[in-house]
Amino acid sequence: MSELIIRTQGLTKHYVLGSETVKAVRGVDLEIEEGEFVAIMGPSGSGKSTFMNMIGCLDTPTAGEYWLDGQKVSDLSDDQLARVRNGKIGFVFQTFNLLPRATALHNVELPLIYAGVGSKERRRRAQEKLELVGLADRMDHKPPEMSGGQRQRVAVARALVNEPALLLADEPTGNLDSVTSADLMKQLGDLNKAGQTIVLVTHEHDIAEHARRQVHLKDGVIERDFENKPVEAAV
Amino acid sequence: MLLFEIIAVAMAAVRANILRSVLTTLGIVIGVGAVITMVALGEGAQQRVEKQINLMGTTVLTIRPGQQFSFGVSRGDAQMSVEDAEALKAGTSGLLKVSPELQSRLQVAYLRWNSNNQMMGVWPEYFEIYNLGLSAGRFFDEGELNGRRRVAVLGHAVPGQLGETPGELMIGQTIQLRGIPFEVVGVLEEKGDAAFFRPDEQIFVPQSTAQFRVMGGRDRLNAIYAATATTAELDRAFGEIDRIMRREHRLQPGAEADFNIRNSADLLATFNETNETFTMLLAGIAGVSLLVGGIGIMNIMLVSVTERTREIGIRKALGATKAAIMTQFLVEALFLCVLGGLLGVGLGYGAAALMTRVAQWDTVVAPSAVVIALVFSAGIGLFFGIWPARRAAILNPIDALRYE
Ligand SMILES: Nc1ncnc2c1ncn2[C@@H]1O[C@H](COP(=O)(O)OP(=O)(O)OP(=O)(O)O)[C@@H](O)[C@H]1O
Ligand SMILES: [Mg+2]
Repeated sequence: MSELIIRTQGLTKHYVLGSETVKAVRGVDLEIEEGEFVAIMGPSGSGKSTFMNMIGCLDTPTAGEYWLDGQKVSDLSDDQLARVRNGKIGFVFQTFNLLPRATALHNVELPLIYAGVGSKERRRRAQEKLELVGLADRMDHKPPEMSGGQRQRVAVARALVNEPALLLADEPTGNLDSVTSADLMKQLGDLNKAGQTIVLVTHEHDIAEHARRQVHLKDGVIERDFENKPVEAAV
Repeated sequence: MLLFEIIAVAMAAVRANILRSVLTTLGIVIGVGAVITMVALGEGAQQRVEKQINLMGTTVLTIRPGQQFSFGVSRGDAQMSVEDAEALKAGTSGLLKVSPELQSRLQVAYLRWNSNNQMMGVWPEYFEIYNLGLSAGRFFDEGELNGRRRVAVLGHAVPGQLGETPGELMIGQTIQLRGIPFEVVGVLEEKGDAAFFRPDEQIFVPQSTAQFRVMGGRDRLNAIYAATATTAELDRAFGEIDRIMRREHRLQPGAEADFNIRNSADLLATFNETNETFTMLLAGIAGVSLLVGGIGIMNIMLVSVTERTREIGIRKALGATKAAIMTQFLVEALFLCVLGGLLGVGLGYGAAALMTRVAQWDTVVAPSAVVIALVFSAGIGLFFGIWPARRAAILNPIDALRYE
């Protein structure tokens, strides 16, 4: 019996805009076990990103509870959340969110800086992850000098460098062409096979096919939640 | 460990935007530079005055005519005559050396040269009072004073003005003061420039000669000088002079004096007072520019926070705490201010040196002013850095990331 990485209960997020309240996420109960590969799907505006931000500890819920890796994080302070993000979560953004003026290597080192890892060890681990994503020869390049696919791989290396319990990706292929997308998805699949828990948001079905489970959101609630048929044959 | 990394990050930000960093720092550089220069000017002026007062002699008392009153109404300038000087000399013998001073600016001729100088009619004691030395010849003496002899002692620069540069060549020569021939008997040593006392360009003749042979008997004194042997005797001398002058001028007890007595220390005090006010004023203005420089830093830091909101979001998303972000921005502001402060100190030194060279103003860069300016600019960095740093630190990561 695997351990629960994610457990949410009635997770809710409301945005108050003047007199109007946008109910982006309206009570989501979800459990994700260690080693799972989950794709979150749903139409635009259904609350996927809002939900991901909450489980990535980038945003706090309006109501509901959230346990990450056995720790209740829904009522932690800002700085405590920062430490959780630093230690347990790797986040891959649709827009990469790399520091444009820093080299690939420095970008990947960033989480380790805030974890207080010494510079030699930091360098070693960052190089290792960059090699893993196939960028051994691009370490000293800055993001503007790289292609979209390369940037996204830097982002993946950065997300992995702190050996996170949970790898999150919000539409990681959203800014990539289909070939590069397939590459990235294969990479994520390999990681998952090596035991990495992954949750990713997408609204492309062929991307979601790479995952082993699909959770469909609609209007801020779970509409469907099912296991994919084994995809090995399809790849 | 982490602090070191954060400092490195802050330095990288400074380097990544050299031009902006330089412009930001400029305000502080100019502010600190101005403070240092202004204080150096004030300090220099003060030391110069002290030097001058010492040059004049610390035991010299100057008696000058004041306002004359009758029934409380001013009747213009009072007069002081040679009799006053004689009375002082007679009444304080042993305590004071006394000399009157008759002054007249006149035409001086020697061979084909002409010059315009101040003639000083004085007693032989004058040279002792001011501790003047000779570079050639001799002073005139009591006998020559009593005999109204036409003898002159030249200030150090006068032979040069009359074309005969080495002083000793003037000894025994005849010069014309307002057309009246005088024999040059002595040339003084160089004394230097001391505000209202500049003997180098003056010509000294016996008071009696000046009065009767040059100025047609006029004995309206410019001043009487008196000197004690030691500063300890100054107070007693002051009292004596006051008593004798009141008697001579037939003043009622308690009436307003129609003369005033000043010593060098008084002059120093008045001078220092005005000088201090002036220094404070200048330093105040310079301080305002330092403040403006600080506000400039705050402004740039705020712009920088807004401009780098995404960066802050990324860092926070990856686990930077509030303190880490805040430290990063504070270090950046502090660094710019301290760097600006150091450059400002350099600028201040340079400007002060330049003023001394070009305008011949005395300047003294006081170490305390340097320390204060540096501490102050670091303080400005902290003060004006904290608000933008806090603004950056409390940003919600997701809001910061969404910022375009
Ligand atoms: N910061 C915000 N302030 C106000 N409303 C917001 C905010 N962020 C999201 N919303 C609203 O919440 C709802 C869910 O948004 P969310 O970004 O989670 O959708 P999504 O499923 O990720 O959509 P997409 O597929 O287009 O990315 C939307 O109606 C959106 O307008
Ligand atoms: Mg989204």
